[in-house]
Amino acid sequence: MSIPTIDQPASAGRAEPRTSILSLRGASKSFGAVAALTDIDLEVAAGEVVAIVGDNGAGKSTLVKVLSGVHLPDAGTITFESNQVTIPTPTAALDLGIATVFQDLALCDNLNVINNLFLGRELRPGRLDEVAMEVRSWELLRQLSAKIPSVRIPIAALSGGQRQTVAIARSLVGNPKVIILDEPTAALGVAQTAEVLNLVERLRERGLGVIMISHNMADVQAVADRVVVLRLGRNNGEFTVGAVSPEEIIAAITGATDNAVTRRTAQIDLRTASSLDKEVTS
Amino acid sequence: MTTTPTLPVDRQDERLANRTGVRGAITGAIDQIRGGDLGVLPVVAGLAVIWTILQILNRGFLSSANLVNLLMECAATGVIALGIVCVLLVAQIDLSVGSVSGLSSAILGILFVTQGWNVWVAVILAVLAGMLIGFIYGQIFNRFGVPSFVITLAGLLSFLGLQLFVLKGRGTINIPFESPLVYFAQLAFVPAWLSYVFIVVAAVSLFLVGYTTARARTAAGLSAQPIQLIIVKSATLLVVLGLIAFYLNQARGIGWMFVLFVALVLVMHYMLTRTRWGRSVYAVGGNVEAARRSGINVRWVYTSVFMTCSTLAAIGGILAASRLAAASQSSGGGDVNLNAIAAAVIGGTSLFGGRGTAFAALLGIIVIQSISSGLTLLNLDSSFRFIVTGIVLLLAVTLDSVSRRSRTSHGRA
Repeated sequence: MSIPTIDQPASAGRAEPRTSILSLRGASKSFGAVAALTDIDLEVAAGEVVAIVGDNGAGKSTLVKVLSGVHLPDAGTITFESNQVTIPTPTAALDLGIATVFQDLALCDNLNVINNLFLGRELRPGRLDEVAMEVRSWELLRQLSAKIPSVRIPIAALSGGQRQTVAIARSLVGNPKVIILDEPTAALGVAQTAEVLNLVERLRERGLGVIMISHNMADVQAVADRVVVLRLGRNNGEFTVGAVSPEEIIAAITGATDNAVTRRTAQIDLRTASSLDKEVTS
Repeated sequence: MTTTPTLPVDRQDERLANRTGVRGAITGAIDQIRGGDLGVLPVVAGLAVIWTILQILNRGFLSSANLVNLLMECAATGVIALGIVCVLLVAQIDLSVGSVSGLSSAILGILFVTQGWNVWVAVILAVLAGMLIGFIYGQIFNRFGVPSFVITLAGLLSFLGLQLFVLKGRGTINIPFESPLVYFAQLAFVPAWLSYVFIVVAAVSLFLVGYTTARARTAAGLSAQPIQLIIVKSATLLVVLGLIAFYLNQARGIGWMFVLFVALVLVMHYMLTRTRWGRSVYAVGGNVEAARRSGINVRWVYTSVFMTCSTLAAIGGILAASRLAAASQSSGGGDVNLNAIAAAVIGGTSLFGGRGTAFAALLGIIVIQSISSGLTLLNLDSSFRFIVTGIVLLLAVTLDSVSRRSRTSHGRA
């Protein structure tokens, strides 16, 4: 019963030099006696998808909130485009060029797609330029190959995947450099998940840095370039997708090669083996 | 596929029913109603029913003279209801509008009549008092998170008390008949020719706005309303308003105070639908958290809405005092509060927030005043008026709740 924690950072990811857009060094955040984040490092480059994985309570959401200006970190530095910055408010994050799509999407059901896309950033505040906003909305949605029939229908009329698309499109309105997606596929069906993953790839093609939080190993393997594992508020490994098996990532998430997931797999193997035995004996 | 013309950018999705022209607009409207997006339809239908019944009960109800009066009575409470529409849009409530209107008429009475100040200075100070009250509400709401229901309930009591205190021992302050206020509220009517000019201007503006929007949309490659439809709409407006004005002009005509009310409704409509402030009001009513995260200053939206509501309540109080030519301890008391809130709701403003238009105040107050005027003509006292208004209010809220459910099932917010 050895408990090998995986500490070594992935060396393959560093091989190709990419210009980092956003990097976080030694970030810590405590809530009272609870250290939610301890000495976290994170880096994302232009045209790169970084997945952040970890168990419940690993600090993923806190990390997102630090980057999106909801929480101020207690320690550590944030560097954005080689300038050291502080992100005190969500607006400050948006102004820098860091857009966040929260898990609950934060859309207004009673407003239509255009109004949601431009919420808080309407063109011509005193006499809204509806035509320009509609044209720009269609441009954005076409860029994402979004399948939305009409932009003049309220959000309530859209499916989960379409809402996710609108939320992602909205984060693009301000021409951000980095997009943070919090569990973008959590509530979606198979086809809609595929659509959102396509969308993430299109964001990467457009040269944006994407930080994606996910619980789903299949999604992570499908789109991410690098995987950053958090465990109990600390960095617990960094992998290059393609050079790593899902088992290794799960081992880093749970902190052990002997974990609930492997035990379950073993059990299933055992069961199939014993049933095979029975078939042989009978 | 050479026969297919290029579709506008917003019409290219094959799932969209291709509705063009006047016929398409009509089918679209029917679909909308089926989906539970009733708009002003219920209140217009309700008004038709109420008017029919009251006309059968009393032949004098739909006479020009009575309708002229009815519209004049609408203005004061209608202006207050316009403010209520705003607070309901952000899913809050202001229960103190009656007291604030009473206090404002008391301020006007004391400064203008008792102290002998200039009438406009008195009016401005009364309106500023309303504005200040709204500002205080907003601060308490934002800083301490006290529910608006409680803040304004406290306001209802406190400002009623303040009104009683400042008027103590003075009884009723009569506003002189020669003053411009009373002239404006009781005797100033739009000359017949001018009323038609207004209506022509309204119809022409509707056409021009529709036409320029359609042209801009076509130029941008979007689908646009066909010009025939815009002409039909403007012509309908011209004919309907023209007939109404013609009928009212058989008696004294349209009062300037009612014109002021309609002007305020139009300004509010513009503010709510064509400005960033209006968008944020709807957004805050729909999903506060979403509004906050998209960078809207939610606190400012709340404060500005409370201020708008109290300011309009103060203006309503001035209009009511002018109409009555008096300010007393009972100004703004009784049913003013309830009528203003009921008018906003009956007009189609949702109590759940984020849904409703400025026109709700106009239509709602006409319903309420119709009931009031009709029952007065029948020599029935206020007990019946309360019962009937209560039932109509309940019907309106039930309709709101049912159509909300229908909207959810038809995928409309």
